[in-house]
Amino acid sequence: MSGFEETILDEADETVRVRFVVNGRKVACEVAPRETLVDCLRGELELTGTHVGCEMGACGACLVQVDGRAVHSCLMFAVQADGARIDTIEGLTESGAIADLQAEFHRRNALQCGFCTPGMLVNAHELLSQMAQPSREAIRDALSGNYCRCTGYEAIVDAIDAVAKARSVGDAR
Amino acid sequence: MTAPLTSLDRPNSYIGRSLPRPNAKRLLAGRGRYVSDLRLPRMLYAAFLRSPRAHATIVSINADEARVLEGVHLVATGADLAKICTAWTGTLDHFKGMTSAPQLPLPLDRVVWAGQAVVAVVAESRAIAEDALELIEVDYEDLPAVVDIDVAREAGGPQVNPGSASNICFRSQLDSGTVDDAFAHAAHVVEEEFFFGRHTAVTLEPRAIVADYDPAAGMLTVHHGTQTPYQFQDLYSRHYGIPEARVRVIATDIGGSFGMKLHVYHEDMAVVGLSILLGRPVKYVADRIESFVSDIHAREHRVRARMALDTKGEILAMDVLDLTAIGAFSTYPRTSVVEGNQVIRLIGAPYRFRNYRATLEVIFQNKVQTSQYRAVGHPIACAVTERMVDMAAAKLGLDPFAIRAQNVIADDAYPQTSPTGYRFEALSHQACLKRLHEMMGYDDLRAEQAELRKRGVYRGIGIATFVEITNPSPAFYGVGGARISSQDGAIVSLTPSGEVRCLISVTEQGQGTEAIISQIVADQLGLAQEHVKVITGDTEVTPHGGATWACRGAGIGGETALQATRALKRNILEIAALILQEQPSALDIVDGEVVDAGTRNQRMPIAEIARIAYFRSDTLPPGTQAQLTVSHHFAPQGYPFAFTNGIQGCSLEVDVDTGFIRLLKHFIVEDCGRVINPMLVDEQLRGGIVQGLGAALFEECRYSDTGQLVNGSLADYLVPMPMEMPDILITHVETPTADTELGAKGVGEAGTAAASACVLNAVNDALAPFAATINAIPITPTKVLKALKRF
Amino acid sequence: MDFEETAVKARAFSYFRAATIDQALDAHARAGDDARFIAGGQSLVPALSLRLQAPRLLIDITHIAELRGIRREGACLRIGALTRHCEMLSEPLIAEFAPLLHAAAPFVAHPAIRNRGTFGGSVALADPASEFPAMTLALDAEIEIAGSSGSRRVKADDFFVDLFETALQPGELITAIYVPLFKADQRFAFDELARRRGDYALVGCGMLATFTSDRIDDIRISFFSVGNTPTRVKGAEAALIGFGLDAERIAAAQAALESDLAPPENDEVPPAMRLHLARVLLGRLLGRLGEAG
Repeated sequence: MSGFEETILDEADETVRVRFVVNGRKVACEVAPRETLVDCLRGELELTGTHVGCEMGACGACLVQVDGRAVHSCLMFAVQADGARIDTIEGLTESGAIADLQAEFHRRNALQCGFCTPGMLVNAHELLSQMAQPSREAIRDALSGNYCRCTGYEAIVDAIDAVAKARSVGDAR
Repeated sequence: MTAPLTSLDRPNSYIGRSLPRPNAKRLLAGRGRYVSDLRLPRMLYAAFLRSPRAHATIVSINADEARVLEGVHLVATGADLAKICTAWTGTLDHFKGMTSAPQLPLPLDRVVWAGQAVVAVVAESRAIAEDALELIEVDYEDLPAVVDIDVAREAGGPQVNPGSASNICFRSQLDSGTVDDAFAHAAHVVEEEFFFGRHTAVTLEPRAIVADYDPAAGMLTVHHGTQTPYQFQDLYSRHYGIPEARVRVIATDIGGSFGMKLHVYHEDMAVVGLSILLGRPVKYVADRIESFVSDIHAREHRVRARMALDTKGEILAMDVLDLTAIGAFSTYPRTSVVEGNQVIRLIGAPYRFRNYRATLEVIFQNKVQTSQYRAVGHPIACAVTERMVDMAAAKLGLDPFAIRAQNVIADDAYPQTSPTGYRFEALSHQACLKRLHEMMGYDDLRAEQAELRKRGVYRGIGIATFVEITNPSPAFYGVGGARISSQDGAIVSLTPSGEVRCLISVTEQGQGTEAIISQIVADQLGLAQEHVKVITGDTEVTPHGGATWACRGAGIGGETALQATRALKRNILEIAALILQEQPSALDIVDGEVVDAGTRNQRMPIAEIARIAYFRSDTLPPGTQAQLTVSHHFAPQGYPFAFTNGIQGCSLEVDVDTGFIRLLKHFIVEDCGRVINPMLVDEQLRGGIVQGLGAALFEECRYSDTGQLVNGSLADYLVPMPMEMPDILITHVETPTADTELGAKGVGEAGTAAASACVLNAVNDALAPFAATINAIPITPTKVLKALKRF
Repeated sequence: MDFEETAVKARAFSYFRAATIDQALDAHARAGDDARFIAGGQSLVPALSLRLQAPRLLIDITHIAELRGIRREGACLRIGALTRHCEMLSEPLIAEFAPLLHAAAPFVAHPAIRNRGTFGGSVALADPASEFPAMTLALDAEIEIAGSSGSRRVKADDFFVDLFETALQPGELITAIYVPLFKADQRFAFDELARRRGDYALVGCGMLATFTSDRIDDIRISFFSVGNTPTRVKGAEAALIGFGLDAERIAAAQAALESDLAPPENDEVPPAMRLHLARVLLGRLLGRLGEAG
């Protein structure tokens, strides 16, 4: 068990090595402790599908999954995520985990500029993993921290609603 | 209503069809390419030290420590950039008498709003640049700040521009008919003063720019999250003295714009200069707080209005004074007076009365600049007009639908010219009113309202008619001397493998420009939509045009694509006719095949024509030069604007103990002429309405007495979020414009135009039993409880 | 707001991940006042990004196993400091034995914030607009604190001192919160008035009452977003104890708020309005408490 070494107090500007499993692959990064997870993902790892909208947890554009739960990657430093499993929109796309959500968003045009979309999808994915048949109200509540200036939200709610229904029909078979 | 342009049951009939956007799949997969994502080799990052004072003299700037910080490449002040950038002034010639002070990227000796950029730092990371900002010291000497509209108008009061005669930027007056006479003889007069809070666009992706100057080539490339790349190519060229052909502006994916991303911002101009000074790419992405203090704001208006009516409820006249405060400068190059100008010209627009007088006063103050933002002026004009109409209805004991039905311009009475000089080709107020009444289930809503009132539940029902300005001609900016194009250009090619590529000057912000252009091209040429590729947003590649503003993409861009495609089709059929030994008029194209026009029998694929033209031109008759690329420009003629119209309705509930308002349902009947893609049109309406609902209930840039924005963060400035927004019901009336073949008008601003007016009317309807009224937007719980005298 | 040096990237700091409470306390002691513990970080990270705070050292306590877990201990539920807000919704022990926390949890920010934010972190920050610190007052909870001189327990009533100021001394850490088990003769109510879902409320309130048939034997009512600290309203409580919940008693409790609360000046919500909203909310919640019998 390693204890605290005072020498690290003089190394605030030095980078440290962190290791995560990002989208199913082990990666190691050199980051400064002050670097947020979102800056690490977008910069070092070039995963620019995760967006930055407010850098204070108020817009939902930067949502990723950390150890299977949706979190704001702007409200975490990369060093805090050392050892964690991180899934971003790129990984969720490649694994096919949200393919039905993406298809329904596309079919209903539940996006315009697309900047909020990865965050919306991460949150929708989490909601549907916890609640099989959410009401429209529950969908809106789950998205209550995801800002979209373009759509007016209705098509997003419609798309998630439709996927929930389709999945439960699929499960029933 | 005229017949559809194409019949939906034939192949390739894409106009009028709800189709998903081909380019949306990339965005859904996290493969967007936004400027904020961009990283170029040797790229550096800019950050700005900002003024903490609303109005002050810059006494000194000490940046010695910042300059030597490891990782810092440049610290630049106003003087440094003034050496390479010429000043700009936000005036237009057709606004007679307007003034505004010249502007530079960074100020030389005086700051004029709290949050204004003062010193730029360029470093190897944004974090290091921010470290450097902490090491810079600026000494200021305070000057009196002009914050309040009344203080700004006081004679002898403090001046935003010391030495000027007043804080007036512009004054304008309209007077038609016999207004005084109408009021003198009116049976009823209603009167109110309205207050509209400043608000701002809050695009989810903030402003983002990467300027990349290559001194070896003398070439400036700017990756810019903007709606109007051509305008910026022109401006960067002229203000930095670089030949236009050596300035390239690339506008890739953009995380929302709404009119906010077509103005010149001081930081953006500075970043271009910083790149020129360093010979390296420099990136700047506004952070959210910077966005609140430097993006344009809009809609700070105070309007006093009177309306005169006869005994039967016929509107006789309106008399209006609009005061609007715009910040310390008029915004460049579109100015900050267009909004007020549209307010006074749109007031009363749906109605028949002829006596109208309006005064507009545009006032400087020490706040960030205002300018055009989605539905410029419309929400103010609509709220004032529609609230006055409701007040009149209440006074006369008329139902809100009845008084409107009585006063709107009849659908068969067009063309018409408004008392403010707007020429309306054809609008459909009567049809829209009727449809809204049905769609809302109006009578049932009223019955339910009455029933619930007995139980202490206060519901409100509000409606608001509107007229929207779209498809602007050069009358908008060109006549004022601005180099802002109202025409668009397209280059359409048949590729060697028989697909079509369309390069067009209108740009994509997610509203579906590329999708509808591909629908129009595919429809008009006769091939599958997936064989059409649309390219936008690069001044090096796409032809010069107006791009995206004032709801012009579908109407003007779409017509450009339509005409260009028809020309290409003629050229293809000419070659086909030579090969097939037919007359071109005997041939047509369906699903990528040349067919007999009469029998639809397939003759040959257009891919075969392309193959012959590109690779075996020796087999064509001598003298034949196949023209399989067509470039075409289209500028609107005829009416200076294509006006659209519609009506919105809403149902809401006011908690009279807490002042909280719950939106229950929203309705819109809209007429944007030819609908190219109903799903995308509905999306524009829904998004626009929610933007208007945000303004109605939540959004306001609040300032302290000293001119400090007190709520400049996404936690404090309340944007509309999913939980509080209602579902929205939509129907359409289609009155195409005869000015174009396509017949499409714009739709992007219709939702925002009337949503807040609708809510204002509904809240007042809910409060009717209490003799409490609301005359200010946003309608906060505080205002409601004050009106109800609950505290 | 100060717009001079708008920042979104934190000042440089060092980071230490503690594996045990002792390690965390030791690191803090040796780094001095310039160290901060970080748990969920949902309030601390933005404060650092905006450079409102700039510690030299962040001590990450989220990997300390001793700070986790929810279990019954005698007449109390011991809720580990690292319990996430989302667990208040999902853990059966919370729903059964601390239903007021379960009821308050959906109002705490948004789902993704609840996935990381911790109960101990929220109580330690003592944001007067937050739900959970105020609920520890209503629940008569005890806060367990570890410091270099050992462990101690502080009553919630004694914990909240002033704006963002608590009984925590520099270098001390909340390890758990003890909540008396919810009993069959108790009722609770919670609600808040927020402009938008997940926003800080204009006024919020939670209460826990012990009844004998319909008479209130004891009640603790706690407000948030009404002043510098989460606020118990003892005047209103006194107006209710020993009585049944009728309109007259409810009115008396509402009237008592005038002296119980002193809402701060605010450009958007004047003190008189906040007091009015507190009265309305109290009336509604007491009404619900009456119906819950």
